[in-house]
Amino acid sequence: MKNEKLYNSFLDSIKDIKNGSSIMIGGFGGSGGQPTRLMLALRDLGPKNLTIISNVAGISTTTGYGWPENITPIDQGIFFEAGQVKKIICSFPVPGTTKPISEIEKSWKTGNCEVEIIPQGTLVEKIRCAGSGIPAFYTSTGVGTIVSQNKEHRIFNGRKYILEKALPADFSLIRANKSDTFGNLEYIGTSRAFNPAMATASKITIAEVNEIVELGEIDPEKIGTPGVYVNRIVKRKPGDPYP
Amino acid sequence: MSDLSFENDPAPRLSREDIARRAAKFLPNNSIVNLGIGIPSLCANYLPTDIDIYYQAETGLLGFKELYPKGKGDPNIMDASGNFPVNIPRLVFFDSIESFNMIRGGHIDITVLGGLQVSGNGDLSNWMIPSRGIGSIGGAMDLAENTPNVIIAMEHTTTKNIPKIVEKCTYPLTSKNCVNLIVTDVAIIEVKYNSDINAKLILRETAPHWKIEDIQKITNTEIFEK
Repeated sequence: MKNEKLYNSFLDSIKDIKNGSSIMIGGFGGSGGQPTRLMLALRDLGPKNLTIISNVAGISTTTGYGWPENITPIDQGIFFEAGQVKKIICSFPVPGTTKPISEIEKSWKTGNCEVEIIPQGTLVEKIRCAGSGIPAFYTSTGVGTIVSQNKEHRIFNGRKYILEKALPADFSLIRANKSDTFGNLEYIGTSRAFNPAMATASKITIAEVNEIVELGEIDPEKIGTPGVYVNRIVKRKPGDPYP
Repeated sequence: MSDLSFENDPAPRLSREDIARRAAKFLPNNSIVNLGIGIPSLCANYLPTDIDIYYQAETGLLGFKELYPKGKGDPNIMDASGNFPVNIPRLVFFDSIESFNMIRGGHIDITVLGGLQVSGNGDLSNWMIPSRGIGSIGGAMDLAENTPNVIIAMEHTTTKNIPKIVEKCTYPLTSKNCVNLIVTDVAIIEVKYNSDINAKLILRETAPHWKIEDIQKITNTEIFEK
């Protein structure tokens, strides 16, 4: 029987991403846990007016953030350079240094895209809620700051909180070390980051992995994302230079 | 050696490394600590040999110590500054949901963060310079708002000698009434709260040959003797 989750090419696995789609991109920022091959395929496919949802975004190219020294970094800046982004929702879009200017800051400065900056813990909780059937939640993070503007405030046990809403998307591009044929995923180290949360929060989740194994070959104790959340799996070529 | 110096200074200001060294003295043995980017991240280099700290990083990492030099090491073991810590047996890995459960649930003992402005009542601004118009929040708001002990490690003034300790923050806020201690290149100042929203700044230490009057001159809100 044909396994409909397995795709042979990164480009085929994302072909239904259209102009105006919203796309979560997993990892933390930096090379570990980033779905770099799926990102390059999305750039090559070329849909426009995208909403990109990421954590740390677009700072590696100018700073080397989270990349080994001998590889040229790839980050979310590739979509801005190609004019594909209408809006980015993230926690960390620019480094402390202003020179050289990153693709995101350049695009924001010329008014070509909107940048929404969200506290990291609020961002991951908004994504978790979207995957968990929870429409909104209260948090103290951001109270008294511009993050709290136009949001409902409520006091619990004498402390002030703001209401934050769940954040779903059309597609999630995520990255793991290993998948079995059902899409159960095994991660390594800090490459988990936003991947498990994002896997649950989109209509279609696509996983980029180093290796695909038979059912039962991943220790069930080590499965970080159960395959129920994963719609498509694509394996990298052996010896891929990207981490 | 100092990084900043100005004509009316009574003596040299301390370096970024010295600020980190002085801030590191406030990290007790076996505490769980999150270090921000910049000067705070240098604290790890200056711990006394008899002190062991469990560093937590937003990336989903607990228990790390030494870092590989920039660009070396395993990219799948990364801290929030983008460095690769050495893989030692006690490390714990977890995803971002778990990482922010720890931070937002108040399970981190101390965070050392950088600062652009701190106000006399402990408000912190550290994520955006208004003239740039864009900035990065990262985990700073979660950490500042929810960690019981917040230490700010920063230079006392900007590179143009404009005070960063002020009566009221004019830069976008990170969190209100959150700062407990300010460690700068000329002073260590405690933020002593007499209510949830009111505080006094108490001078605890100065750099060599700096007096309270000298420090008051480059501080835009009142500081008090201990």
